[in-house]
Amino acid sequence: MKRTEAGGREKAWGWHVLLGVLGATMLLPLVFMVKTALSSADDAMAPATSPGAMLWPASWQWDNFAEVWRAVPFLRYYVNSLAVAAVATLGQVITSACAAYAFARLEWRGRDALFLGYLATMMIPHSVTMIPNFIAMRFIPDLLHAVAPGAAWEAMRYAGDVPVGRLAGLDSYFALTVPAMFSAYGTFMLRQFFQSIPRSLDEAARIDGAGNWVIFSRIILPLALPGLTTLTILTFMSVWGGFLWPLIVTSQDFMRTLPVGLQAFHGQYGTQWHLMMAAALLMLLPVLAVFLAGQRFFVAGATIGAVKG
Amino acid sequence: MKKRVSPHRAALPFLLPNIAGFLLFTAWPVVATLLLSLCSWDMLTPPRWIGFDNFGELLGFHRGPDGWLANDPDFWKYLGNTLFMLLNLPLNIAGSLLLAMALNRRLRGAQAYRLLFFLPSILAGVPIYYLWRWLYNPQFGLFNSLLGLAGIAGPAWLQDAAWAKPAIMLMQSWMTVGGTSMVLYLAALQGVPRDLYEAAEIDGAGWWQQFRAVTWPGVRPVTFFIFTIGVIHGLQYGVDAVYVMTQGGPYGASTNLGFYIYRKAFVEFQMGYAAAIALVLFALIFTFTLLNWKKGGRVETD
Repeated sequence: MKRTEAGGREKAWGWHVLLGVLGATMLLPLVFMVKTALSSADDAMAPATSPGAMLWPASWQWDNFAEVWRAVPFLRYYVNSLAVAAVATLGQVITSACAAYAFARLEWRGRDALFLGYLATMMIPHSVTMIPNFIAMRFIPDLLHAVAPGAAWEAMRYAGDVPVGRLAGLDSYFALTVPAMFSAYGTFMLRQFFQSIPRSLDEAARIDGAGNWVIFSRIILPLALPGLTTLTILTFMSVWGGFLWPLIVTSQDFMRTLPVGLQAFHGQYGTQWHLMMAAALLMLLPVLAVFLAGQRFFVAGATIGAVKG
Repeated sequence: MKKRVSPHRAALPFLLPNIAGFLLFTAWPVVATLLLSLCSWDMLTPPRWIGFDNFGELLGFHRGPDGWLANDPDFWKYLGNTLFMLLNLPLNIAGSLLLAMALNRRLRGAQAYRLLFFLPSILAGVPIYYLWRWLYNPQFGLFNSLLGLAGIAGPAWLQDAAWAKPAIMLMQSWMTVGGTSMVLYLAALQGVPRDLYEAAEIDGAGWWQQFRAVTWPGVRPVTFFIFTIGVIHGLQYGVDAVYVMTQGGPYGASTNLGFYIYRKAFVEFQMGYAAAIALVLFALIFTFTLLNWKKGGRVETD
């Protein structure tokens, strides 16, 4: 795009200045976040007197990160988020992989029509399905009563002294995980990956007498590992960050996930911004770690999305 | 060996879990929303069948003392807000393309820059919405502190009806400009043949002419894709962001259709009415996709 590749050092230098300034600007909000998270309550809520004071803590309050766990049931939120994201992701990868195998590798009547139907549902906004799904969760205990009277379906359960919510319905791990286990997008994405695996491999295995489950688990899944990893990462991140659904199906503090739980730092007397930022950072750390470890999978996810165009 | 083992019976166990979930959590809810939109229901008393009254209330007009008035003026205001918040899409697309072009050269550390620009889109979510709410804090936030040092008294941002939408849009731009669209543009730029640029250069084309004649046509399919997805996402955007940053305020200035549905359904428990709004939103997205799809077909053939 530039005149010549051998254009010279000074040109590269110019680009570094431009990109560096842009990058620093993009980074500024995050620097402010870290600064606030490490400031005392008074320092965070003080008018800035110099650019340095805006981005550098007056005194380093590492204790903020400990205070976050003491001030609210942060550990519970964290465990909830981790468990919900792990279970929902595992479920979604399994159901998507199985269905993708049927769509990519098996021949059956109505396959392509059904697949088109799946694709079309990706267009349905969440708000359309969310209302009935919420209502369903609200009335699941009543439904279970009708089917199996006698059991206390709406009762909160305990593991020892620890509350673990209802079996199903509002304020249950069922509501937080099960609806997230099915995804047209995941099915679509894995189908694309499966289709890129040479068919000669399954045919050879079939001649050797292998059935579908053997071909699926011994040939397709190992070869589609990059695809499975991509879907795992994307799903985990999306459930980990999910907000609206956990917000509406939980009302008990001990069922909250991290994104919903962050509200706890909005006190009656205003927000404790230094703790809010510290808690937000603690929630972002796993995201950052996953991102740095699995960068190339993000790019894979982005480009496979484009194929559906 | 040629004979394939029987189709349906073999496929069924693989499909069953997914299909069951699909029927329970996607297909049936769509039907339920259709039915619900014809009812009035507060979830306490039994639902009441009211036909198309919800849609009449939502989309209809009545004669006022001087002229026609909307039955639900809020809806039109929030629809306006939703469309207004789409206006930064062209800017975001242009920004992503420019960033991709700046990065698309042999430059030491290009990978590091790409990572840096990509970072906000990875972190996007509730913690970042809180961060931006804090950045916009009128007294102690980053923006007004910076403006204050320059001697400018900044606005109240999220608490100011005029600034709430632009403020959310600025955050959205920060989160998306270096994200997926930039990565897609980078891939597309690498697919543009080098000799086209060389030929253009021999013809004496300057930077802008090269851009118009080579780069822009070369990345057009990607632009079309990003625009389409951007509008579809934008129409249903931001319940999370709006909830965290403004709660739709001040005075509904930042309420979009997504947040209106949330409020009607889960704050006011007007389930039927909320279902009707959701369907109107769906219809909007569907119409856009259909039009776009037709237009997309045309673009590809010319």
